[in-house]
Order: sequence, then C-alpha cells, then structure tokens
Amino acid sequence: MPTTQQLQDFTQQVRRDILRMVHKVSSGHPGGSLGCAEFFTCLYQEVMDYSTDFTMDGKNEDLFFLSNGHISPVYYSVLAHSGFFPVEELNTFRLIDSRLQGHPTTHEGLEGIRIASGSLGQGMSVALGAAEAKKLNGDDKLIYSLHGDGELQEGQNWEAIMYASAKKVDNLIATIDLNGKQIDGATDDVLPMGSIKAKFEAFGWDVIEVKEGNDIDAILAGLAEAKSLTGKGKPVCILLETMMGNGVDFMMHTHAWHGKAPSDEQLENALAQNPTTLGDY
Amino acid sequence: MKKYTYTEKKDTRSGFGDGLTELGRTNPNVVALCADLVGSLKMADFIKENPERFFQIGIAEANMMGIAAGMTIGGKIPFTGTFANFSTGRVYDQIRQSIAYSNKNVKICASHAGVTLGEDGATHQILEDIGLMKMLPGMTVINPCDYNQTKAATIAIADFDGPVYLRFGRPKVPIFMPEGEFVIGKGIQLTEGTDVTIVATGHLVWESLQAAEQLEAEGISVDVINIHTIKPLDEEIILKSVAKTGCIVTAEEHNKLGGLGESVARTLALNTPTPQEFVATDDTFGESGTPDQLMAKYGLDAAAVIKAVKKVISRK
Ligand SMILES: Cc1ncc(C[n+]2csc(CCOP(=O)(O)OP(=O)(O)O)c2C)c(N)n1
Ligand SMILES: [Mg+2]
Repeated sequence: MPTTQQLQDFTQQVRRDILRMVHKVSSGHPGGSLGCAEFFTCLYQEVMDYSTDFTMDGKNEDLFFLSNGHISPVYYSVLAHSGFFPVEELNTFRLIDSRLQGHPTTHEGLEGIRIASGSLGQGMSVALGAAEAKKLNGDDKLIYSLHGDGELQEGQNWEAIMYASAKKVDNLIATIDLNGKQIDGATDDVLPMGSIKAKFEAFGWDVIEVKEGNDIDAILAGLAEAKSLTGKGKPVCILLETMMGNGVDFMMHTHAWHGKAPSDEQLENALAQNPTTLGDY
Repeated sequence: MKKYTYTEKKDTRSGFGDGLTELGRTNPNVVALCADLVGSLKMADFIKENPERFFQIGIAEANMMGIAAGMTIGGKIPFTGTFANFSTGRVYDQIRQSIAYSNKNVKICASHAGVTLGEDGATHQILEDIGLMKMLPGMTVINPCDYNQTKAATIAIADFDGPVYLRFGRPKVPIFMPEGEFVIGKGIQLTEGTDVTIVATGHLVWESLQAAEQLEAEGISVDVINIHTIKPLDEEIILKSVAKTGCIVTAEEHNKLGGLGESVARTLALNTPTPQEFVATDDTFGESGTPDQLMAKYGLDAAAVIKAVKKVISRK
C-alpha cells in the first residue's frame, strides 16, 4: 500500500504532466484535469484491481470509464505512470499521428482505454453495459466511472441513472466531479441543478459525499465506503467536491482554465508550485 | 483568370456571430439558444445587446432542439448554436421529427465542422453532417466559405421561412468574398475556365482557388464554382459549366459518402454523365492535429485538388 505522502507525490507529478502536455500544444483541458488528479491517483495507485497487460474485456479486473473525456490529460498521465504505456508517449498528446488523441479513444489502440468519450453524457450508459456484462460473466469485480457536473445536464445521464437503480446495477460506483463549473461559467449560472444528492437519492441510488475531493485520505475513505455499499442491490454514487485547477493558484476559483493552455510564463509559475517528484517525461 | 487575394483572415464562426448581432438589431423575432458554448459560437455580443432574447440551455442539445421547435410556435425565429457534431448526429431524431417533419422555422447553426477544428480530435470532428442534414426532407443545407459569406448567410436565412442547417468552422481563413448579398441556392462563379470544373464548398473554396491559380500557370484553365448551398443544389450552374469543360472535381471538408460530391454526381447521372473526382475524406474518422496538418493528411488542400483535376482531365 502506498503512503499518503507517496500518493501526494504521484499527484504532483501528474499535475506537472497535465500542465506540460496542454502547454506544448496550446490546447486541451487543464482545469478539470487538475481537479481530478487526486481521484485518479487513488483509483489507479490504490483502489482498483487491474492488470497492465491490457485486454479490452478486462475480465476479473476492476474497470474505469471516463465519461467527461475532455480531462484526458489526467487520465493519460495516470495510465502512463501506472504502467499501461511508456511515460514518454505523453510527449505526443494532441499531435498528429498520436495515440493520445484530444479525447480518449480506442481507435488508436491506446492501452487502458475501453471506449471513446468526448461527446458528453454517454459514459454512464457504457459503464452500465460493462457492469451488466460482468454480472453475466459471474465476474464480481467493480465498474468505476467519472462524470462532470455540467455533464449531468445531458438527459442520457438520467436515463442511465433511472435504469441503474431499476435494474439493481449494484456493481457500479459512479463519481461526479462536483466542481461547480463548466465552460460558460458556474453550473449555478448556466443551468442550476439544485441538489444533485437529492436527485440521485430520488432515483434510488446510495450517495456518498466527499467534501474534500482533493484530499487523498478523504477520497480513499469515500471510495472504501462506496465499495462497502456495492453488492447490496443499489448503484452507488460519489459526489466528489473538487477544485477546478487545483494545485496551481492562478487556475483555482475560476472556470477560465476549463479548456485553456498556459503561456510560457504561466507554465513556469505553475511548475514552480509543483516541483518534480517522479521525474518529468 | 480572375485572381482572388485577401488582406485579412478570420474564422467563419465570427461571421456567424457578427451576423447574429446584426439580426438582433434588425429583427425582433430572432432569438438565440446555446448549449454551454457561448464563446466558441461568438454569441457574446448578441447576448449583451439582447439578454432577454438569449436562452442558455446548458449541456443539453436534444432539449435545445425541442425548445427551438417550440419557440417557432408563436413566431420566433430561433438560431441554435453548438458544435456541428452536437448540432446534428447528437440530436438527429429531435431535428427530424420536431423540426424537419413538423416544418419549423429553426436555424441550426453549427460551428467547428470538419477536421479543421484541430486538436480536439475525432470525437468532435464531424464529417458526416452534410449527409445527415441533406437527407432530411425540407432541410436547406448551407456551408459558406469565409467570414463575409458566413455573415451574409446568417442574415439571409432569417428571412427565409423553413428549417436551415448552417455549417461553419473554427480556424481563421482568408476573407476573399465580397460583403453583402447572399442568395440561398444560387452558386457563385468565381473563375471562368474551359478545361475542368471545380465545385467547392466551405473551406475548400479557397483551396480550390489556390489550386486553380497553379493549374492556370501550367496551362489548365479552370471553372471554379462556390456552391455554398448544398441543398437545394444549383444544378443549372453546374450543368452549364460541365457542358463547357466536360469533367468535374467536387471539393468539400466532409466524407466522400453523403456529401456535396454525391449530390453533384446524382445531378450529372440524371442529366449528363460526366467524369468526376471527389476531394473529400475517404470514409474515415479524423484525428488530433493542427488544421493545416489535417487538411494535408486527409487530402483536403490545394495539392489534393490539383491531383484530382489532373486525374479527371485524363479520364475525359
Ligand atoms: C455533447 C457535448 N456537448 C458539448 C460539449 C462541449 N463541452 C466540452 S466540456 C463542456 C463543459 C463540461 O462541464 P463539466 O462536465 O462540468 O466539466 P468541467 O468543465 O468541470 O471539466 C462542454 C459544454 C461536449 N464535449 N459534448
Ligand atoms: Mg464541472
């Protein structure tokens, strides 16, 4: 088991990767990526049971699906540092002929990716399908998924949320990145969604709130509690309250960095706030 | 041959944004809807001047299409704004039933069409939208080529009664068309030539003009036609041109299946079978990269047009 300090160091390296990746191509989505760095670290460095000998079917492994595909930088960095593909490949993010497409895809055969995402709102349905397949296969491993809070405005989510409880899909832990922000501003300004907790509960889910969504111990505790609730006839949702742009002072408390790359100077400043820990790619 | 030059480059989506702003000032029935992409669609000025006529729908494109259809009942002229992929494939049945079949006066305005949206990659780069939309009975499909033409088209479709799909893009491209009038369904003769016809739409119009200049230098004289309206297609201008040249190249930032090229092929098959080459993507998805790299890799630049011209002339 890694220590909290080791997981924090891992997260810090992931932040550096995210920043350098989007800076190099002047495009991509640092805000949500930084906000979910601790969550991905916990999933892939401690919680999930998986093999880096990647197979599409992932039988007898825990599987993860990223629905809000625009935060691909954090996904790619964590997959690479977890052993799915060479860390140097992060250098090709968003370049022509790369396997690291702007949004995750199976099309180029990148290890660790099982579905394309980027067009929002589709990942929960896919996660449900994979969860149903695990049940048919007698495979008791779990399905994890991540979704943006703005993304919940897509109606397909609510079809999936309704199905999950109606059909007792209790091997699924769906996490919502509750950062309160989307492209055009605060979710409360764009389209206020009221209590997401009450909505999931009304749809028959067990809901766990992680108020400190950028705190390793809080995330691990939330994921452990979620896991303890699986297999009991209900789908499980984690509401992860994160800070968009976490770890870089000028990217926090704003939606401005949802999909904007830092300048040379800004990159230097941001990296200075996150000294290297595992060695840059 | 008439030469086209430019002093400024601008994105066609800015033409849409500025056209919409002007409509906000001149047509009180025009309303705008957006699904969390106000900046990308350049809608900020319209919103500032007409906050009560702007509707932020959130990330919910299917709902946006339905709301737009409903707003026409009561005389509003809704302009919906999101990326081309989320304006078409994402919401096809909503458009089909509530807009096209119900004949509602909705203007579906779609930015970031084709591979030139660049680094976001294939999930966002729709190359099938012209096909999807032209197959809907009653749908008008327009793909302007530069800032001026996109602005003019935006303004023109407000006065046209019926559903319209207006397709434009993200990158900055040369402004070479004059400002002003836009006639739906009327192709524009850009150069006069006798050896080959090039019928181009959208970003491929400028590439075709570049190709025509180079071909002219090699002694090949080219008729370049800007087909901004794919449906209804200006068959007359195309048939007149091929009667003179005897061969044709179609050029579009779209799959060769289902695009402008197939509409032209059908027209020719029915009237005057003519050798044709297709400058279009070859039944493939796109990928991440810069717009220029992608245009080259997927055979959508002036070089690809020149190659197609030489091939089609050899087939005469
Ligand atoms: C179907 C669809 N509509 C619109 C978009 C454009 N888009 C990309 S990210 C985004 C905002 C997502 O908000 P949220 O899920 O809260 O993610 P965050 O900004 O917090 O990272 C939008 C509208 C898209 N990718 N897919
Ligand atoms: Mg968000």
